Amino acid sequence: MSCIVNGREFGREPAPGQCLRTFLRELGHFGVKKGCDAGDCGACTVWLDGAPVHSCITPAFRADGREVTTIEGLGRPGALHPVQRQFEDAPGFQCGFCTAGMIMTSATFTEDQRADLPRALKGNLCRCTGYRAIEDAVKGVGAVEAAAPGKAVGASVGAPAGHDVVTGHAEFTMDTRIDGMLHLKVLHSPHAHARVLSIDRSAALAVPGVHRVYTWEDVPRRRFTTAIHTDHLVDPDDTYVLDDTVRFAGQRVAAVLADTVGAAEEGCRRLAVEYEVLPAVFDPEAAMADGAPQLHGSDDPFVRDPAHNILLELHAHIGDVDAGFAAADVIHEGTYFSPRVQHAHLETHGSIAWMEDGRLNVRTSSQSPSIAKVKLEHLFALRPDQVRVFCRRVGGGFGGKQEVITEDLVALATLDTGRPACLEFTREEEFTTASPRHPMTLTVKLGAKADGTLTAFQVRNVSNTGAYGNHGGETMYAGGAAVMIYRCPNKKFDAYSVYTNTVPSGALRGYGMTQPAFAVESAMDELARALHIDPLELRRRNIVRPAEPLVALHDGPDDVVFGEDGLATCLDLVGDALARTADQVPPGPEWLVGAGVASSLHETAPPTEHLSEAWVTLGDDLIYEVAVGTVEFGEGTSTAHVQIAANQLGTTPSRIRLVQSDTDRTGFDTGAFASAGLFVAGNAVLRAANAVRDRILECAATHTGVHVVMCTMDDDGVVCGDRRVSLAELVALGRARGIRFTAARKAYGSPRSVTSNTQGFRVAVHRVTGEIRILYSVQAADAGVIINPAQVRGQVEGGVAQGIGFALTENHHLDGSGVMVNPNLRNYRIPTYADIPRTEVLLVGSADSVGPMRAKGMAECCINPVAPALANAVHDATGVRYRALPLTPERIYGRLLAEQSVSAG
Amino acid sequence: MDLNTITEVVRRPSERPGAGWHEGDAWLAGGTWLYSTEQPDLRRLIDLTALHWEPLVPTDTGLEIGATCTIRDLYAFPWPEGRSAGVLFRRSCEAFLSSFKVWNTATVGGNVCLSLPAGPMITLTVALEAQYELWAPDGSVRFVDALDFVTGDHRNVLAPGEVLRRIVIPEHALRRRTAHRRFTLTRLGRSTVFLVGTQRPGGDDLVLTVTAGTTRPLRIAFDSLPDARTLRQSIDAVPADVWFADPNGTPDHRRHLTRHFAEEIRRELTAGGPA
Repeated sequence: MSCIVNGREFGREPAPGQCLRTFLRELGHFGVKKGCDAGDCGACTVWLDGAPVHSCITPAFRADGREVTTIEGLGRPGALHPVQRQFEDAPGFQCGFCTAGMIMTSATFTEDQRADLPRALKGNLCRCTGYRAIEDAVKGVGAVEAAAPGKAVGASVGAPAGHDVVTGHAEFTMDTRIDGMLHLKVLHSPHAHARVLSIDRSAALAVPGVHRVYTWEDVPRRRFTTAIHTDHLVDPDDTYVLDDTVRFAGQRVAAVLADTVGAAEEGCRRLAVEYEVLPAVFDPEAAMADGAPQLHGSDDPFVRDPAHNILLELHAHIGDVDAGFAAADVIHEGTYFSPRVQHAHLETHGSIAWMEDGRLNVRTSSQSPSIAKVKLEHLFALRPDQVRVFCRRVGGGFGGKQEVITEDLVALATLDTGRPACLEFTREEEFTTASPRHPMTLTVKLGAKADGTLTAFQVRNVSNTGAYGNHGGETMYAGGAAVMIYRCPNKKFDAYSVYTNTVPSGALRGYGMTQPAFAVESAMDELARALHIDPLELRRRNIVRPAEPLVALHDGPDDVVFGEDGLATCLDLVGDALARTADQVPPGPEWLVGAGVASSLHETAPPTEHLSEAWVTLGDDLIYEVAVGTVEFGEGTSTAHVQIAANQLGTTPSRIRLVQSDTDRTGFDTGAFASAGLFVAGNAVLRAANAVRDRILECAATHTGVHVVMCTMDDDGVVCGDRRVSLAELVALGRARGIRFTAARKAYGSPRSVTSNTQGFRVAVHRVTGEIRILYSVQAADAGVIINPAQVRGQVEGGVAQGIGFALTENHHLDGSGVMVNPNLRNYRIPTYADIPRTEVLLVGSADSVGPMRAKGMAECCINPVAPALANAVHDATGVRYRALPLTPERIYGRLLAEQSVSAG
Repeated sequence: MDLNTITEVVRRPSERPGAGWHEGDAWLAGGTWLYSTEQPDLRRLIDLTALHWEPLVPTDTGLEIGATCTIRDLYAFPWPEGRSAGVLFRRSCEAFLSSFKVWNTATVGGNVCLSLPAGPMITLTVALEAQYELWAPDGSVRFVDALDFVTGDHRNVLAPGEVLRRIVIPEHALRRRTAHRRFTLTRLGRSTVFLVGTQRPGGDDLVLTVTAGTTRPLRIAFDSLPDARTLRQSIDAVPADVWFADPNGTPDHRRHLTRHFAEEIRRELTAGGPA
């Protein structure tokens, strides 16, 4: 067939059942993305004869004789389409993976559609922004600013990759073509718990194009943990690349390597696997009971009690809670449940491996190439110099890519065959095999005096780690954040991380803090009602204040610098904002209106080892190259790193070239998680930039004879007293004298600071249907000194939107056999534009941070208070307390009726 | 997504496309559902859009909708005076979970034949008392009442190789007064319930169509407007296993919403006023 793509004619026959998306990518148009491959997310939107279509559900042959326009053909670098420019200037993206589809859709809007964005944008999902920034982009509202030399910090400068993102030229993980590349597909277990008795691979190997079938017999018999931390000992080594026991429905049973995805799929279908189905357990309390099916026979000393499926127990007691409860005037106790939820980053997991000069190269979608490299060395017994792992731009992470779940298989295939190999998750595999948030059930018991002073604070947490222990322990410890926020002399914390036959839980924005925050902040609200004290006031009376110890699990020395009362300011700002908007009218007579608040506070880096190294070099081209391991996946650290370097070097972001996330080209970096991309890696960039600046100034001082204190950086030169020396001169001079303007510096995730926030909502609840509408949303956040106001606002908005999804729209359904019922974006509903209100973001300007420029990472903390603030608002509106998420209408309405009939009776 | 088991697409099917039907075949219209999920049992697609069936044909006796009429064309159809039910066409299109981009290729017949409880083209055509014209592989033609076509979630009366050719909506139905209610768990999401009430102009009858909340469409008809209690009893009489359970709603909530919205529709049509 023949079609015209972006003005160029292609004569090529697609495969009979091929969709237009993969056909266009085969022709080299990598701007056409795969988010869902099912017509739900819109990332693959292209125009067919000028009309926008989802190319993943458009048969490729329908392009025959027609004209296709992709993002690459809409405008050109340097000659952008107006909508591309608007998305760059808003900026209307974070990770940028949905952006091409957003632009290709909104560039077709009529005036009527622009006036009805909830409908016009319902076929385009964004997981990062919370949609406000996208609305601004569509409407042509811009926030990106230019920065003067040396003034980059504090300006809303654009992301370094902004231009590439809006033109479709930003390369994501799978946006490349390698000759001879083989494709892996995985056969997943249909059973939640089974022993693999035999696998007959002969029929699979007979499929034309199939090269290999890998089973548990073909992989290194070496246990590891898929969780990414610098210190691998904080997670149990309980996982094999492929195993002869499967412990959740969806677990890998075998992998087929073939010339094409189609052949690999056919190979999987032809594998004959004989299972011995074992009893399974899905509930952690049931899994801890005597006689429950045992998942692991592991002799790993990490595992506390394998017979009762207990991975880890935690028992901490400070003071005397019994005495505290005895001294209380009011006691509240409640049990709160946070369910399993999925990251739903739009770029699915994927990796590509190949051999080059005898070394294994892995290009992957990860939040930490450095640790992924270490794990591959461990698994395949490779020396550090034999492996390179790198990331191009990554399409969203949210913790989901703090896990090695694709790199191992591509490495296995490439090391085995010597050929390039790739593995790209489907959306269904994201839901059924990637690591969602830990379901946690927390019982919170609070005692208080009549004036609200807490006398006892007791928490019991049962966390479902799923079939494997990755992140099971660290998320449990992280829950202490929800306890340390309030001063109380008597605290007790008991926690259990429990194996069950469900998908392994993992890291997700808010990492083990979000679920306890839901429980504790809901309980505080209930306590306030019992005490007849305003919930904000109860918090004001009990929050930790600067110089007080942060006590959660133990009372001892810590590494946290806590100097300002940011949280109290957040409470006041949200209180004022809710009061200011208190006259909002209900949508109608059948709606009940109420308001709720919740707070959170946590440290700005993880308690585990977190290291980063940055290299800054002034090149002969007079551009500063900043090399740092941090991956960019929409969290915006790249922008911040460039800003920090430009600021310290007295120049503008245009003079900074960022090299990142490549173990061959950057130093070690633990990874972009736990808000450390700014706090730790940013400090490394700051120190390296300062070191290069000092060296340049010293050189200029020596050269001019002006004392160094009289020398200052001035964009492309140095001002020395009343003289100005250009960087070109200094570089030439340096070269002659053998001086290099380059420096490496390391930073460590200690000492740490605290970041905090408060969320307020006003909601309306329909008394009959159970529908919840958010009338007003406000978050106040202490992000320290703000490096990039537009990005900080965007992170908070995105975190609130994701939190709203987790609380109101997303529902992970398992059937009775532990199989997920809705593993797709059509039935697992992440918020669309229409679901998300605008959030007023109020920033508190504290200066107590020990982070770079006294900034604080805040992209995680923002999600923690969202669900409890919603539940508290719903309680305020309805008089009914909902202690289990999600708050979907069918779970709301029934108790409203019961409540009404009780009050009527 | 790529349907890798497909080995052939019949791009120029004969005027009677079912003639060479065999196992592993599937009709391809817009393809927007077919390509949205794995189809490991399919080998061949037969492209019905190549037959260029007339999308919308107003006749003296009503309206004929070709099965391959796109949602876009249906949405854009200009309604002549007096067809009071015309508003239901747009509202039914807007009830799709999918976006306007999908409407560019998705078809009315495709949605009907997919036979999901939440299929809004099913709601529309059942409410408007449509007949479906079905062509068998042997060339014989039969007409089925829209109400009887869908038999359960993702199930219908089509025999292998049988194809939906057109949907015929009678003129009298287009002139009926209508009232509708829809509920979704998320804003602009997939229907949890979608109810339509219709009434003869100037009459006091009520024909209530209940969809999305039930595994198949239901019609509850009253010769004269029922009181609230009678209406509720008729909904309570629906067998328990007909209320649909899926991620878009629970049976209890759907029955509850149906009671609530049916009563709203009853009141709206009782109130009279403009059609």
